[in-house]
Amino acid sequence: MLQGWVIVVTSFAYLGLLFAIAYYADKRADAGRSVIASPYIYSLSLAVYATAWTFYGSVGRAASDGVGFLPIYIGPTLMIALWWVVMRKILRISKENRITSLADFIASRYGKSALIGGAVTVIAVVGIVPYISLQLKAVSNGFLILMQYPEIVMPAKVGAAPLMQDTALWVALILALFTIAFGTRHLDAAEHHEGMVAAIAFESLVKLLAFLAVGVYVTFVIYDGFGDVFARAAADRNLAPMLTPLEGVAGSYSSWVWLTILSMLAIMFLPRQFQVTVIENKDERHLNKAIWLFPLYMLAINVFVLPIAFGGRLHFPTGIVDADTYVLTIPMAEKQELLALLVFIGGLSAATGMVIVETIALSTMVCNDLVMPVLLRMRSLRLNERRDLTGLLLGIRRGAIVLILLLGYLYFRLAGEAYALVSIGLISFAAVAQFAPAALGGIFWKGGTRRGALTGLIGGFVVWSYTLLLPALARSGWLPIGILEHGPWGIELLRPLELFGLKGLDQITHAMIWSMVANVGAYVAVSLSGSPSAEETRQASLFVDVFRRTGGGARFWRGTASAPELHSLLARFLGSQGADEAFRNYAQARGLRWPQEAMPADAEFVHFVETQLAGAIGAASARIMVASVVQEEALTLEEVRKILDEASQVIVYSHQLEQKSRELEAATAELRAANERLKELDRLKDDFLSTVTHELRTPLTSIRAFTEILSQDPEVDFAQRRKFLGIVVKETERLTRLINQVLDLAKVESGRAEWHETRVDLRELISDTVTGMEQVFQEKGIQVTTRIPGRVSPVLADLDRMIQVLLNLLSNAVKFCDPQAGRIEVALSEREGWVRVDVRDNGPGVQPQDQQIIFDKFRQAGDTLTEKPHGTGLGLPISRHIVERHGGQIWVESRAGAGACFSFKLPVMKLAEAVDA
Amino acid sequence: MGEFETKGQRLIALCLLGFLLFNYPVLALFHLPSAVLGIPVLYAWIFCAWAVLIALMAWVVEKRE
Repeated sequence: MLQGWVIVVTSFAYLGLLFAIAYYADKRADAGRSVIASPYIYSLSLAVYATAWTFYGSVGRAASDGVGFLPIYIGPTLMIALWWVVMRKILRISKENRITSLADFIASRYGKSALIGGAVTVIAVVGIVPYISLQLKAVSNGFLILMQYPEIVMPAKVGAAPLMQDTALWVALILALFTIAFGTRHLDAAEHHEGMVAAIAFESLVKLLAFLAVGVYVTFVIYDGFGDVFARAAADRNLAPMLTPLEGVAGSYSSWVWLTILSMLAIMFLPRQFQVTVIENKDERHLNKAIWLFPLYMLAINVFVLPIAFGGRLHFPTGIVDADTYVLTIPMAEKQELLALLVFIGGLSAATGMVIVETIALSTMVCNDLVMPVLLRMRSLRLNERRDLTGLLLGIRRGAIVLILLLGYLYFRLAGEAYALVSIGLISFAAVAQFAPAALGGIFWKGGTRRGALTGLIGGFVVWSYTLLLPALARSGWLPIGILEHGPWGIELLRPLELFGLKGLDQITHAMIWSMVANVGAYVAVSLSGSPSAEETRQASLFVDVFRRTGGGARFWRGTASAPELHSLLARFLGSQGADEAFRNYAQARGLRWPQEAMPADAEFVHFVETQLAGAIGAASARIMVASVVQEEALTLEEVRKILDEASQVIVYSHQLEQKSRELEAATAELRAANERLKELDRLKDDFLSTVTHELRTPLTSIRAFTEILSQDPEVDFAQRRKFLGIVVKETERLTRLINQVLDLAKVESGRAEWHETRVDLRELISDTVTGMEQVFQEKGIQVTTRIPGRVSPVLADLDRMIQVLLNLLSNAVKFCDPQAGRIEVALSEREGWVRVDVRDNGPGVQPQDQQIIFDKFRQAGDTLTEKPHGTGLGLPISRHIVERHGGQIWVESRAGAGACFSFKLPVMKLAEAVDA
Repeated sequence: MGEFETKGQRLIALCLLGFLLFNYPVLALFHLPSAVLGIPVLYAWIFCAWAVLIALMAWVVEKRE
């Protein structure tokens, strides 16, 4: 049944089905009802990572290395965990700048440099060519083997067949035509290929199902489950060592680590992965599901690799059947024709998916970043005057696709025989890993410069060519093999596989170490040794700070432009319909009616046109084109820095504002409290004023009354006159005292009073003061007792002020004590570092509610307005100030009718102070 | 710290965890000649740890805060 024509017809029918799916998806996209706007389709399209390498090659690798094939899938799993941080940023940057390819991305970051774009393109094309040759090899081998059914015969040596009868060449040409039909039917401004993505997602399903089918067949039909396969392998003398791999068989741990890192970088920077992950992404949120769905896909497609590998080794005698073909040859050996055909279609899916996306991505790069910048600079071509360039763009891309596939075929004929599938693929992985420093550095480090990136890329690429590409060509006989063994010109130190004498590593690890040293080293060193231009500084900021500011590109442009010229520029690359639509959308978003109203050709609009154009021809070419139709003033580095500074200052300011507003809230609360306190103080001040004036008026009234009598009535006799004058003198003295006390209080309160602190012995102070008032006590018939201990520690105080306090308390006691049998007791005591003075009287006492307020200004116990005041009302407040100023306390203890005891205490003078004083 | 940063940090932690699980020396611990349900310990370990890691990633991403 499996005749040649069946296989050919089935293959073409399958390709036709893919084309139908793509056509349908494109139609739906044009109608605005996208079929690929789903996280599941997105995740499946990412699985373009699994190529013929995975489908055929993993088993081949596993058959010799055991688990050695796994880092290629574990690495991406680990990397995808970082995508939440890294890929999200790349997606945002790419959408805002309408990035069209990996080369465009890196070139944009480094000042839209056409040179960088070109370098990335060249590296990508050269690096990917082996990878494409791998797909051609897998498909053509699969076809040749299947053709021999029911015999199992390995294909003849490559190059044995005449060129026109070489299956691989036909595969290459058919795939080229298919890709052209697929990816370059029309020119999309945003480089979206919805049809292609839909077809790729379908292919991912097909290859997974095909692989699972053969896996289940081998594991559960031929053998009796996983345990059975491994048990039989363990019983086989040749296979037993592989069950404890990594030791010797699968290479060292270091190569395991490097393969993991290598595939981590590959999943980011393979041009086709960048295409499906970034360029074809419809919605950033699709990334969320892909973060676990895509690793799950990789896990699923790897579960049966080891059973198939061991099954193949057990099934076929060693050395007869290439392990890379076990997936196909086991069903063939078991006469499972349909399964074999399904496997072939699965392999075809894996290979075509890779070839289609990879060549479309590469052709975009070749067109936008390599050919167009050169053509646009060649004035003799007069491209600027051509009205419509869409045909030219499509032509370049189609040519690039054919060229890349033919290069792949060429590599296959030159070097394909010397290596297994996986080894060929790893060479390409190592090539695209060279993009990592410039790309990852570019989105996290503003210091990377154009010259640094370029030197790094070239350095890494040169080392890659020397340590991987050159040995591949040498082994295939295209270069003298002696170069590998003795080094070029016999210099052993330069042997490509043991560069500078680094031995004991496998080829990939060795190449990765040296190329990364050269790449990262040059990138960092050259970046740090120079300084970036204005354009680079601007782009660095737009990339690195993409989440911190939006729509920043326009701020950096200054100049004059005309809308009609920009329109005709856009029309040349997008077609006039495309340009009209872009203009209409822009106008609509700003509430303008175009073309009825003129479009303002301001900085924002010019930036819009440039981004639109970048979506079609890449950032570097768009820059050249826009610059050719507008008059722009170049911004100096200083100006760019200024704009950036201003922008970052705005961010800093807004943070500061938040901080300030929080502080303000706190301050407001404090202010409110302070205001309450102030109001209270204000009220107290009013009270104070009214009390002071009241207090002043009392003596004044009597002075005035008596002086009036004396001046108006000359008849007053001498004795009377003398008495009146006596009253006047007394009232004047009282007035003076009052004023002195007010002044004194003001001085004490404001802190302007002078304090002369000395060592004061309170025993002396009390006895002197009491003695000084002896006269007063006798006049009033008051009995005074003092209880003074023999020894009391001195205090540090202002002697005069302390006398003032004691005088105050004593005169209060005199005023309030029992008028008939007044008794006053003054006691001094010392306890726990405090010296305390009590002045006790036997007066009416102080009401509990008055005990606090009597220390306030003019607050006497009782009603001062109706009763005759017993003093100025300032004595106790002044005393309180003085005592508190000395670090002491003053208070009153009293029960109504049982007398009052005013006490104050002062801290005992410390030893050091005692010595000083 | 927003949900966005929290998830990002959890995923970075998972990446580091994966690096630990799939490399020397953890990998060397499973270099045993024995088998689990007939499957060599090393193979069983890699595939199980891989599945658990993916499950954790799914949990972190899909979890509603």
